[in-house]
Amino acid sequence: MHGIAFDVAHLLAGSLVLISFMMLYQDRLYALLNVFALHALVLALSVAWQAFTQHAPHLYVTAAIALIFKAIIIPVALHRIIQKLGIHRDIETVVGIGLTMLVGIGLVALSMALMLRVTSAADPLAREDLTFALSVVLLGLLIMITRRNAVSQVVGFMSLENGLVLAATGAKGMPLVVEFSVAFSILIAFIVIGVFLFRIRERFDTVDDRALDDFRGERR
Amino acid sequence: MAVAANRSRAATPLIYGATLAVCVTAFLLALRYLLSEPVAAAVLTLPLGLPWIGAHLRLDALAAFFLIIVNLGSAMASIYGLGYGRHEKTPHRVLPFFPAFIAGMNLVVLADDAFTFLLSWEFMSITSWALVMAHHRDEGNRRAGYIYLVMASFGTLALLLAFGLLAGQSGNYEFSMIRTAHHTPLIVGLVLVLLLLGAGSKAGLVPLHVWLPLAHPAAPSHVSALMSGVMTKVAVYGFIRVVFDLLGEPMWWSSIVVLVLAGGTMVLGILSALFETDLKRLLAYSTIENIGIIFVSLGLALAFQADGMGWAAALALTAALFHALNHSIFKSLLFFGAGAVLTATGERDLDKLGGLIHRMPVTSFAFLVGCVAISALPPLNGFASEWLIFQAILQSPVVPQWGLKIMLPAVGGLLAFSAALVAACFVRAFGTAFLGRPRTPAAERAREVDRYSLAAMLGLVALCVLTGILPGLVIDGVSPVTQALLGARMPAQTGIPWFSIVPIAQGRSSYNGLLVLLFIASSASLAAFVIHRLASRAVRRGLPWGCGLPGLTSAMQYTPGSFAQPLRRVFGTVTFRARERVEMPRPGDMRPARLTVEMRDLIWDGLYAPIVAIIGFAADHLNRLQFLTIRRYLSLVFLSLVTLLLVLTLWS
Repeated sequence: MHGIAFDVAHLLAGSLVLISFMMLYQDRLYALLNVFALHALVLALSVAWQAFTQHAPHLYVTAAIALIFKAIIIPVALHRIIQKLGIHRDIETVVGIGLTMLVGIGLVALSMALMLRVTSAADPLAREDLTFALSVVLLGLLIMITRRNAVSQVVGFMSLENGLVLAATGAKGMPLVVEFSVAFSILIAFIVIGVFLFRIRERFDTVDDRALDDFRGERR
Repeated sequence: MAVAANRSRAATPLIYGATLAVCVTAFLLALRYLLSEPVAAAVLTLPLGLPWIGAHLRLDALAAFFLIIVNLGSAMASIYGLGYGRHEKTPHRVLPFFPAFIAGMNLVVLADDAFTFLLSWEFMSITSWALVMAHHRDEGNRRAGYIYLVMASFGTLALLLAFGLLAGQSGNYEFSMIRTAHHTPLIVGLVLVLLLLGAGSKAGLVPLHVWLPLAHPAAPSHVSALMSGVMTKVAVYGFIRVVFDLLGEPMWWSSIVVLVLAGGTMVLGILSALFETDLKRLLAYSTIENIGIIFVSLGLALAFQADGMGWAAALALTAALFHALNHSIFKSLLFFGAGAVLTATGERDLDKLGGLIHRMPVTSFAFLVGCVAISALPPLNGFASEWLIFQAILQSPVVPQWGLKIMLPAVGGLLAFSAALVAACFVRAFGTAFLGRPRTPAAERAREVDRYSLAAMLGLVALCVLTGILPGLVIDGVSPVTQALLGARMPAQTGIPWFSIVPIAQGRSSYNGLLVLLFIASSASLAAFVIHRLASRAVRRGLPWGCGLPGLTSAMQYTPGSFAQPLRRVFGTVTFRARERVEMPRPGDMRPARLTVEMRDLIWDGLYAPIVAIIGFAADHLNRLQFLTIRRYLSLVFLSLVTLLLVLTLWS
């Protein structure tokens, strides 16, 4: 278990966090989608490596789901949505990049400080995995709140979900049914969000959620 | 027990009849259990409720005694409902909930684990709430129902916390486990406070009583009788069960808390009743006063038990249980009477009644007996139980703690004071409603109510007299309860000749209801005989002397307001901030003279109004949260998550 297996798992999970950071500062939508596809690819690799080291063939299915849905279908579909909406030139960040990165670093530090302490009894691989997974989840939330564009919020949500899958595969013996249902619910969520995107677009000629707030007559 | 509702015409007698049969059976079973030789408690575990735990039911002496109260009241209410229910415009709003309410009360008494107890407690609350809301088109009833629901949820929350503390970390929610567990003084104190909040709010302890005078009169009269006469007793049961049975040895200071609350409850309850003009609300306020009396007695029992005086504690507890039984009897009787007045005249405002004794003689007689009983006049049952309570108070010099030594006579004074006010209150109620001349055409046209209602009332009258002249039987019937809870009992009374009762020893004090009855009956008939024989045999009818004024009208007689005026001036100015304003027009002015009385409920103003204001303020300001942007919501989620994680990190 130790040696190369641990190192590779560590490397893959660490790169997931790194790619989350990369997503934080992408201000072009296409670039963001590409980074997200990379995120999903690394997740698939990580899950596959877990399947290999844990000798758990059902994890290969999870990896395949991650690869097919998250690395291929969803990015491609979002690409087409962006094309259709004609927003591929939009640039948006709410908070400055430097500040966002600093907050992200703080979040990773928080998740390390918390998880490494709480799981002191677990085996080192699970500890590392949970720590990285929590970081990815928090960074995904951070992406969601630092963006205005609905498409990039969807991407943030998806990357958050990647973190959950990472946590789940790190713990041994999660049943396949759970992974299936998680993957399925993500797909449904994606469809629903996609439909809503078009509805919002139809109504307000934009997918910037400021339009929604204006419509509700909000003061900001 | 719950009978499925149907909307046909036959539903009313069918459901009340079935409820009556079930209640009588349950009553007889409980009575047989209580009167039989001490047998082990019957335990039953039903595979219902929480999985793998089930519902535990248990019948012991205490439960049997309260089952008697519950089912006696319910049976009488069913008989009354047979007649009274016919006047109901929307019977299907009452019929389904009536048996369910009774079933809920029975289950509370039988429950043997916290889960079953709380579930049936809440079931009882909800069904009674539905009954309060039976006439929901009235704005006042809706407000009453709302306040009742809030207070009932609050009470259940307090009980939930109390049982949670009792179960402790091991999480044993069965009463048998709680009984054997050891509780620290802190837990005992907290549980006592929570119980006073939970059971006290259901029973109507001041200051948690605000819902009671609103909700009890709002329900149909036989349900009012059940709520006032029986449901408050179920709350008393809950208090006794936990404090005397589950909590173990009481602390002496806990009795002080109970006594202070109970004393305040008594006085405030009866003062409110004294100034009330709505007949049913008056009865509801008087219920609060009687709950105060019962809790005074329970507080005495706690004090004596904490000091190891088992015999005195048994005396006080017996008095409390006896008074609970009595109150359920005469309060049901009075509510039935108020219901009969309501059916006959459509009015429950004392200002609009009067002279009903000529139109409704049987109801008037029954109501009068109820008034005499509740005013604790011998030889009826109210006197017997209050006399026992005074006997218990007279034992106070033996208590070692100085606090209690001073406290107990003070509470005794309050009890005597409120007993006198009760008499005044019911003289006023009976006098203005039944005596004098009718004040409105509605009261003039009143007709006697149906036979079922009269049968129920007369049955309760008989019970008032029976328990009044044979208190020894009740005392001996209660003795298994005190034996089980306190390990002591009052001396056996049935062996004493002439049905006397001797609470402590022959030399100290004794009371004989039968002799008092015989004496009153013989002296009264002798006096009547002497007057009629020796003075004048003829019945003369003449014009009353009107102080020289020509023609007496019904507006010239005492009104409820004028009858209570002296007491209102003495006590009302302090307790209710009563202000009177007299508007006397100048001579020649055609305006009528007016007397306006303003009274404020200080407890509502001081305790509930601020709470309502705080909740309104918070709701107004939290309302902004409804209109945040999507990103702000997400940020809120994110921030709270990070904060929780931070707390977790820094905590460990």
